[in-house]
Amino acid sequence: MSSNRGKGSAAGLAAFAAIIAAAPFLLPDYYQSVLIVAGLFAILSMGLNLLMGYAGQISLGHAAFYGLSAYASGILTTTFHWPVPAGIAAGVVLSGVTAALIGIPTLKLKGHYLAMGTLGFGVIVYIVFNEAVGLTAGPSGLTGIPRLSAFGKTFSTDREYYFVVWGTAFVLFVLARNLVRSRMGRALRAIHTSESAASVLGIDVARYKAFVFVLSAVYAGIAGALYAHFVTFVSPGSFSFHASIQIVTMVVLGGMASLWGAVAGAVFLTVLPEWLRAIEDYDILVYGAILVLTMRFLPGGLAEGAERARGTLVSAFRRKSPASAAAASGAEGRKP
Amino acid sequence: MPFSSFLQFIVSGVTVGATYGLTALGFTMIFNTTGIINFAQGEFVMLGGMLAVFSMKWGGLPLPVAVPLSVLLVTAMGVGVDRLTIRPMRGKPAVSLVIVTIGVSILLRGGAMLIFGKDTHALPPFSEGAAIPLGGASLLPQSIWVVGITLAVLVAMKVFFDRTITGKAMLACACDRKAASLMGINVDVMVTVSFAFSALVGALGGVILAPITLTAYDVGILLGLKGFAACILGGLGNPFGAVAGGLIIGVLESLGAGFLSSGYKDAIAFVILLALLFLRPSGLFGKASADRV
Repeated sequence: MSSNRGKGSAAGLAAFAAIIAAAPFLLPDYYQSVLIVAGLFAILSMGLNLLMGYAGQISLGHAAFYGLSAYASGILTTTFHWPVPAGIAAGVVLSGVTAALIGIPTLKLKGHYLAMGTLGFGVIVYIVFNEAVGLTAGPSGLTGIPRLSAFGKTFSTDREYYFVVWGTAFVLFVLARNLVRSRMGRALRAIHTSESAASVLGIDVARYKAFVFVLSAVYAGIAGALYAHFVTFVSPGSFSFHASIQIVTMVVLGGMASLWGAVAGAVFLTVLPEWLRAIEDYDILVYGAILVLTMRFLPGGLAEGAERARGTLVSAFRRKSPASAAAASGAEGRKP
Repeated sequence: MPFSSFLQFIVSGVTVGATYGLTALGFTMIFNTTGIINFAQGEFVMLGGMLAVFSMKWGGLPLPVAVPLSVLLVTAMGVGVDRLTIRPMRGKPAVSLVIVTIGVSILLRGGAMLIFGKDTHALPPFSEGAAIPLGGASLLPQSIWVVGITLAVLVAMKVFFDRTITGKAMLACACDRKAASLMGINVDVMVTVSFAFSALVGALGGVILAPITLTAYDVGILLGLKGFAACILGGLGNPFGAVAGGLIIGVLESLGAGFLSSGYKDAIAFVILLALLFLRPSGLFGKASADRV
């Protein structure tokens, strides 16, 4: 069973890699920039999915970690002329360290203090982005951020950048998958099921939760820095409370505790508005409806939906065979 | 800084803080019967103000009718929120319930934007009359309404929880739901009542604040968060602490805006919130220790 599952998921990874490699050549050019954004959101929602699905906690300020890194890397490379990779590294570290500062004390408390703590933190960061005009250029945004360049190569076309973003997403996916399957992943699932039982078994609940929270902020930081060096412009609007809700919705829709779900939710909710221009102004209503309806009717999200659909198909197929399979082949044989 | 402006900041801080306190009372009530932090609490506050504004604007109702009507409508919505979204989730993990209340809050906010638009609106003050001079500061008549109504709600709650069987039943649910239900208390009804009450006090807060600070579809997020900060400051679950916490946050915010920077005014409540979560999560008036993992 387990070796079977191992094989199956290796095949899944290979298919994932193949889809990533093929997509830009199959889709119209316009979709490349949409897919880059989808890739950034996939990284964000994978990180948040680890926190929500495996540690049972919510961050309502994930856009702040995304934004901190985007602004840090943007400011360091633009105002202080740092090389881009150094700026990105600094941005990611800043997001991770900030998360540790917030998470370690908050996660010692039982209940959903982290949700409120991060929500408050998100609001503060958003206000700072707007008000610290000298550093962030305020509401009008920071312009002239250089494109990503490393090892003497500048990634200037969308296609090149697509591979940078989705390559990163793939690596982060494999990392998260391995983490979830490790001793640590089992500990996290134990915490999610019952904190008391987990701590009786000797799991340091607060420490594990804080680790996952910091990791999810690091994922957000990576996405943020990649975002800054893709659009070459950052403004506070991209990192508002609304953006945090967007990421939460992607995770919920995709299915908590499913990495595939996180990727699917992110891609789906990035591409969907492209098709439904009409809802542009009211997308917040759509997000609200998705949150409430998914939790009510499909708590495992798209991942659970896919699983159920597969289960139904498999059992339908099993019921048919072997008699019906034979009948089918007979029918085929009779056809001219 | 002359004393008169200091006094002015205190006066306006107390006024705004009283409505944070009402929001905090709403959080407290739902938290006490269900253990849920209702992320839609701020939207009840927003709806209180907006529905009053629009029942005057579109319905042509006079203020004394529009205000109670709006509060009643929001109370009914509180019941609806419980029945339609919270009750079907009974027994689901806390994280799911939190997500549902977040979903409800953005649905309410989005709905308000769709119906009422994105403009900012003002409600006329409850009584005519010029500002009353007070030691160099001036006191708006509306401030007296705000503080008076907040105190009245607090006293009414105290009487309700101490003297009525329903109030005691709600407290019993807070102590131990299973035991309460074994004692013949209908926990489902108590939860619905707590949603109705918290929507009611939230809407009251919104409607008395609207003449002072203006209202719009998106004021709920910040008001809700500040109400929650007030709850934590006063000790989550303690109604008097909640109101006191609201007053403290209102005053600090007003002083901070006056002495430090008005741009960062909204950040003050959250800095207090984060600091409290780090240093004293049980709140100023809470038990010595909150539940720690």
